[in-house]
Amino acid sequence: MLRTQWNGFKEGKWVEEINVREFIQLNYIPYSGNESFLENPTERTKILFKKATELMMKELKKGVLDIDTTTISGIDNFNPGYLDKDNEIIVGFQTDAPLKRMINPYGGIRMVEGALNAYGYEMPEELNNVFHEYRKTHNTGVFDAYTPEIRKARTVGLLTGLPDAYGRGRIIGDYRRIALYGIDILIDEKNKELSNISFPMVEDSMREREEISEQIKALKKIKSMALKYGFDISNPASSAKEAVQFVYFGYLAGVKENNGAAMSLGRISTFLDIYIERDLKNNIISEKEAQELIDQLVLKLRMVRHLRTPEYNELFAGDPNWVTEVLGGMGCDGRTLVSKTSFRFLHTLTNLSEAPEPNMTILWSKDLPESFKKYCAKMSIETSSIQYENDDIMRPMYGDDYAIACCISAMRVGKEMQFFGARCNLAKALLYAINGGVDEIKGIKVIDSIEPINDETLEYNKVYNNYKKVLEYIAELYVNTMNIIHYMHDKYAYEAGQMALHDYNIGRNMAFGVAGLSIVADSLSAIKYAKVKPVRKNGVTVEFNIDGEFPMYGNDDDRVDFIAKDILNIFINELRKHKTYRNAKHTLSVLTITSNVVYGKKTGSTPDGRTAGTPFAPGANPMHGRDKSGALASLNSVAKLQYENVCEDGISNTFTIIPEAIGKLERHRIDNLETILDGYFIQDGHHLNVNVINREKLIDAMDNPEKYPNLTIRVSGYAVNFNRLTKEQQMEVISRTFHNKM
Amino acid sequence: MGRIHSIETMGTLDGPGIRMVVFFQGCKLRCQYCHNPDTWSLSGGIEETAEAIVKKAVRYKPYFKSNNGGITFSGGEPLLQPDFLIECLKLCKKEGIHTTLDTSGVGLGMYDEILSYTDLVVLDIKHEDPILYKEVTGHSINDYRIFKNAVIKNDKKLWIKHVVVPSLTDDIQHIKKLEEEIKSFKLKNIEKIELLPYHTLGVFKYRELGIPYKLENIDSMNINNLNKLKSYMNLANLI
Repeated sequence: MLRTQWNGFKEGKWVEEINVREFIQLNYIPYSGNESFLENPTERTKILFKKATELMMKELKKGVLDIDTTTISGIDNFNPGYLDKDNEIIVGFQTDAPLKRMINPYGGIRMVEGALNAYGYEMPEELNNVFHEYRKTHNTGVFDAYTPEIRKARTVGLLTGLPDAYGRGRIIGDYRRIALYGIDILIDEKNKELSNISFPMVEDSMREREEISEQIKALKKIKSMALKYGFDISNPASSAKEAVQFVYFGYLAGVKENNGAAMSLGRISTFLDIYIERDLKNNIISEKEAQELIDQLVLKLRMVRHLRTPEYNELFAGDPNWVTEVLGGMGCDGRTLVSKTSFRFLHTLTNLSEAPEPNMTILWSKDLPESFKKYCAKMSIETSSIQYENDDIMRPMYGDDYAIACCISAMRVGKEMQFFGARCNLAKALLYAINGGVDEIKGIKVIDSIEPINDETLEYNKVYNNYKKVLEYIAELYVNTMNIIHYMHDKYAYEAGQMALHDYNIGRNMAFGVAGLSIVADSLSAIKYAKVKPVRKNGVTVEFNIDGEFPMYGNDDDRVDFIAKDILNIFINELRKHKTYRNAKHTLSVLTITSNVVYGKKTGSTPDGRTAGTPFAPGANPMHGRDKSGALASLNSVAKLQYENVCEDGISNTFTIIPEAIGKLERHRIDNLETILDGYFIQDGHHLNVNVINREKLIDAMDNPEKYPNLTIRVSGYAVNFNRLTKEQQMEVISRTFHNKM
Repeated sequence: MGRIHSIETMGTLDGPGIRMVVFFQGCKLRCQYCHNPDTWSLSGGIEETAEAIVKKAVRYKPYFKSNNGGITFSGGEPLLQPDFLIECLKLCKKEGIHTTLDTSGVGLGMYDEILSYTDLVVLDIKHEDPILYKEVTGHSINDYRIFKNAVIKNDKKLWIKHVVVPSLTDDIQHIKKLEEEIKSFKLKNIEKIELLPYHTLGVFKYRELGIPYKLENIDSMNINNLNKLKSYMNLANLI
C-alpha cells in the first residue's frame, strides 16, 4: 500500500514488508565529494549548545545533576522535558528535564539503592517495598539460580562486569522503522507475528507470545510518549525533520525503558540522508537546516544519562552510553554507503566541539571514497573522537546493513541481538594454572581439579597444559553463568521497546570476552624463552624472577604473537562445547573498556614481570611500553589475532600517537593516518581507536581540567571525556604507549 | 651481516609517506648537536643480515603502498657499511620497496652503485664553509664533497636538511651561503628543503654515555627565529 509520505521514493518490496535495507539501497545517493558543502551551526543550535554545556559542567561538579526519585523508568512514564523549547528543533528527554536521571529498578534494586546513596539521595520507601516484596528483579532471579562455583568466580574477579545487576544493553532497535513505516504498520506486523504462533503451547511458543504481546504494548507506549511531545507517529515520517525526530523517539524509548550498559543508535545517517536529499531537492530545507537537524539530534544523544553506582563507573568510566552510530562502509553492490549525512554527522565534532558521544564509528573499507577517508583522518587528528572498524571483513559476514553494538560488536540491524557477557580474566586464570586453582589474592580454592606447579623454574609445557585445563573449566562455568543471566534478563527485564523494532526470527549471539590477553602472551613467552622462577608464599606465587630475554607481544614477533592467537582459539573452542540459552551463537571479544584498571588491581604478579595491582593493557593492546619496535610493529601484532571464526565479537586496539610523529604538516598527517588505517585493515585488523594527542596535554588536563572541558580520548571501544575519568584511570591512560618516534 | 643500532617501524619524517627506518651503527662525524651519540661507535649495535631486515620491511608493505612509503636507511651513517647497504638496497628493489638514504655523505665510496639502487637521498648538509664544517662535525668537508658530486652525477632526487643551532649555525650570512651551496645541486632534483630547529631532547644520552656535551648552555632553537631565517632563503620547496 502506498503512502503519501513516501512520495518521491523508489518503490520496492519495502512497501509491502518491513525492509529498511531495501529502502536504503533503492533510494540513497552515494557521495564521493569532499566536506566543502558543510555548514556552520544555526543560532538556535548555538544557544542550545551553550545551555547544554553549562548544564553538563554543573553536572560534572555534582556527579549527577538531578534524580527523579518518584517515577520509575519506562517508555511513557514521564512528562515531556525541554532544554529550551523555542530553540529545540528535535525534542525529547528521558525524564521531564535535561540530565535528570531516572530510577530503573528492573535490573536490580540494590544497584538503584547504591546509586541513590552515593549521590546523597534517599531510597523512596514505597519503591523499596514494591521491589523487595512484590516485584522480583533480574538481579534477584540471577542470584536465586547462581551456583556456589559461579558465586566464587565472581567474588575473586575471575568473571567481572557481568550484567547480573544492571541492564545488559547491546541491543540495537531498528529505530529507522518508525520513520519509514510509522507505529501503526509496525503494530500490524507484530499482530501478524503473534497470530502465527499457536499450538502446541510449549515453553518457546509461550515465551514468544508473551514477548510479542509486550512488544505491541511497547509500540503503543512509544506512540503515546511522542504524542506528549506533540508528534503523531502513527504514520510514516513525511519530512527530514520528522524522520530525524521519529528515529530519535525510537531511540529515546529504548533509553527510557532500559538502563543498558551500551545503547547503540545503529546505522541511521544514510537512511536519514534519503529524507534530507528529498527535502533539499524540493526546497523544503536548506543545507544549513539539514545540518541543524543532525546537530540537534547529536546534542540530544550527548545528553542521555543513566543512574549508576560508583563501582560501575570504575568498570566503565566516564558515564558512557555507547550511543554508537556507524558511518560509511560499502554496499554489497560495490557502491559506497557514504552519504552527505555521513559527513554531517562527523561535522558535529566541529559544530559542537569534540565529544565522546555519540560513539562515531567509521566502517572502513579500502574502497571508501578518498575524500571521505581524508575527512575522517582529519577529524581524528583534530578531535581523537573517532573509532574505525573493518568493513571489508564484517560485510561478508553481516551484509551491508549491520551496525555496532557498544564498541565492536557487529550485528545486522533489526535482525540480530546479543547476550552481553562482559569478560573473564585470562591473566588470573594463568595464575590458577600455576597455583593449583587457588586465587592468588584471596587465597581460596576456586578450581578443584588443578595440580599446583611447584617447580623452581617454570616449565612451558607443564604450565601450558595446566592452563588449558583451567580454560576448559572456566569455559563451562562462563557459558552456564551467561545462560542464567540472560534467562533471567529476558524474564524480568525484557527490552520490549527495542525488541519491537526487530524481526520475529532473530539471530542471537552470546558474547563472551577476555581481558589480560597481552599479559598471558608475554607470560607464556617468558616461561618459554627465558627462565621464570616463582617466589611463593604459603604455596601461592607472589612474584616472579625472570632471567633472560623473551619476545614480547606488540613487536610483530610471531613467536609470541602466535601464543596470543592460540589462546583465543583454545578458549572459543572450549566455549563452543557448552550449550547456550536460546541456542545463541558463541562469540568472543578482546575488549576491556576501562575495566583493565580494575582487573589489574584484582590480579597478583604475573610471570611476564608485571607486578601485582598494575593495570592490564586495554583490549588487545600490547602491554604499556613493551611495544618498542614502533607503531607499525604494534599494529601488525594485533592484526594477527583472528576475527572470523574466533573473535567474532571484536578485537579492540587503541592506538595513541603524538601529532608530531604522524607527520610534519597537516596534509602529511592526514595522508599518513589514512595510510596507517588502510595498512592495518588490509591485514584484517578489526578495530582501531585513534588518538592523536600529547602526553603533556593529558598531564596538564589532569591538573587543570577547566582548561580542557571537552578533551576527549578514545580508550577501549569508546571515547570518554578525560575529566570524567578517575585519577587512577587518568594515570593509566597516561602510562600507555604513545608512539612518539620522530 | 651489518651493524645496526635499531629499527623503527613507523617513521613519517624520514622520506615520503610512512617508512620503516633502519638506523645503522657507526658514524665518523661528531656533530656538536648530535642527538644520537649512541650510534657513533663503529663496534656497538647489533648484527643483522640484510635478508632479515628486508624480510621485516616486507611485513610493512601494506603501509607503504598508497603514498610512496618504504624503507629509509639512516644512522649513524649508512655509507660506512657500503657492502651491507648495497645488499639491503638490492633486496628492497627486488621487493619493489621505495628506498631512501638518509646521510651526511661521509662514507667510504662505492657511491655510484649505492645510488643506483636509491630512490631518494636525504642529505644533511652540516655546513657549507670548510672551517665551520670542521668545527661543527670534527671532520673535513672533503668527504661530503665527494658524495655531493656523486649525487649530482647520478641525477638523484634530493631532500636537503640542515640543523639550525643557536649561536652555531643561526647567522644570516651563513643561511645565505647555505642557499648558494644548495643551488650548486641540480635544482630540478631538489624536492624539499628543511631547516630543522636544534632541540635538547638527546642531551640525556650524553650523560648516560659519559660523553661531555659541548652545547650544554645552549637552548633549543626558537621557532620564530627559525622562521625569520627561512625568510632569507628564496628556494622553492623550503618548508
